[in-house]
Amino acid sequence: MLPQNHFSAADAAPATAPLFPFVLQLADTSLILAHRLSEWCGHGPVLEQDLAMANIALDLLGEARSYYQYAAELEGQGRTEDDLAYLRSAVEYRNPLLVEQPNHDFAHTILRQFLFDNFHYHLLKALLTCPDAQLAAIAEKSVKEASYHLKWSSEWVIRLGDGTPESRQRLDKAIATLWRFGEELTTPTAMEKALQEVGVLPDYAALKPAMQAHTEYVFAEATLPLPTQVFAQQGGKNGRHTEHLGYLLSELQYMQRTYPGLTW
Amino acid sequence: METLEKVLTPEEQFQARIDADIRIEPKDWMPDAYRKTLIRQISQHAHSELVGMLPEGNWITRAPSLKRKSILLAKVQDEAGHGLYLYSAAETLGTTRDQMLADLHSGKAKYSSIFNYPTLSWADMGCVGWLVDGAAILNQVPLCRTSYGPYARAMVRVCKEESFHQRQGFEVMQTLCEGAPVQKEMAQEALNRWWWPTLMMFGPKDADSPNTAQSMNWRIKRFTNDELRQKFVDMMVPQAEFLGLTVPDPLVKWNEERQAYDFGEVNWDEFWAVVKGNGLCNHERLQARVQAHEEGAWVREAANAHAAKRAAREAVVA
Repeated sequence: MLPQNHFSAADAAPATAPLFPFVLQLADTSLILAHRLSEWCGHGPVLEQDLAMANIALDLLGEARSYYQYAAELEGQGRTEDDLAYLRSAVEYRNPLLVEQPNHDFAHTILRQFLFDNFHYHLLKALLTCPDAQLAAIAEKSVKEASYHLKWSSEWVIRLGDGTPESRQRLDKAIATLWRFGEELTTPTAMEKALQEVGVLPDYAALKPAMQAHTEYVFAEATLPLPTQVFAQQGGKNGRHTEHLGYLLSELQYMQRTYPGLTW
Repeated sequence: METLEKVLTPEEQFQARIDADIRIEPKDWMPDAYRKTLIRQISQHAHSELVGMLPEGNWITRAPSLKRKSILLAKVQDEAGHGLYLYSAAETLGTTRDQMLADLHSGKAKYSSIFNYPTLSWADMGCVGWLVDGAAILNQVPLCRTSYGPYARAMVRVCKEESFHQRQGFEVMQTLCEGAPVQKEMAQEALNRWWWPTLMMFGPKDADSPNTAQSMNWRIKRFTNDELRQKFVDMMVPQAEFLGLTVPDPLVKWNEERQAYDFGEVNWDEFWAVVKGNGLCNHERLQARVQAHEEGAWVREAANAHAAKRAAREAVVA
């Protein structure tokens, strides 16, 4: 019998056990936003931006696949990336509310992207030193892409804010609709807190100054006042979603639900 | 050479270059009709890439696996890229993208009629890649040697990506055909719908194609419509057999003497109906493009307004 203080794999379990739901949350988040962006494909306001949105969607989809594959491995129940993406219901999805919000118009799409990218980029940067080697490796690949995404969405916030009266008005509407979903990104759930305590995840409060500085810079360039604090909507990361997600999933999962168990 | 130039008219010099397979470049003299034919053809091709995003785009959100979703999105994005090179190639002839888009939206400019057919099942993604891109490649590979330099160079890049698209389409079909009975039925049903429309992609019969002779003479075109259609049938019938699918034409039969397949007559009434705007999706496809353009107007205006403000500020600083 081993002495109680002897380090063993079983002792490491509390630190790694919650990793599966967190990796799944990252996967769901990137997939749902990629899906939303892919809805623009062929319908963008100008060909170059059609290409840019497809590009970002492809990056996020690739990132989502890395996370799903890793999540499947962590779970060790024989589920595949597709089982995780296609055979879970809305209440089982763990993406924050922001990314499931509809595209509506280009201003909404841009603002949603900006809020996400500003968090995503800083999170990935912090994950570069994550003690979990696999998460660090995915972050290393994705952070380069995310830095381009943030540049793209920031430039568009600036163009739309400091463009025409119409673009300004549309961006204002997008802020009124979407700002309340931003806070959830940096508000840790119990599961995230547990991972932060064991040092797997960075403290989100530590990401905030850089995020805030970037927002202030972009909004100043866009000649926009910083939005005032609004009631922050939360719940997606715990499976409490807006009504939009159900429709998105019924489209996303259509084939797998209609023809179960086949190879495509 | 000096003497030759004195004797030959510009038209004759031009044709001499064409006959010697020397590329025509944007700043070279060219007959007005050559320029117009190219603008028509290249812009039509660019529009086809743009409208061609729609039938496949229709399945991006419903692709059956993450891998398929990723491949399909990348493929449709490639088409947007092709549109971009082709609009740029056409612009070297003195037109603008705005003008070309206005002609598309008004219905003056055409695009490939194949995109006026609906994509109804996942197997359509296989058929579009395998058959439609297969037909497009046959039409386009000779264009890599077309007489106008910028078009030929754009086509080299387009063709490389198209051949990848075609392989992925075939692979989608192969996966379906090796799958469950319901998947094989899906593949056959899609082939039944796409076979004849893809044969129409090569255009009217040579006898009914008034532009062919001049285009061949200018080496814009290198094969006739009927020649390419025959090549396509000869290439695709064995592939369908390999997949275990049946081409929906009872007259398809190997002709030992011609060393080619005989096949039935295309329904030309349907062909002309779709060309004239009466295909199932003509209205929707054009509407989708017009809508994207109109709804995007404020975005383009904002980008221009911001660029102008920025330029003005930088001028003050300087």
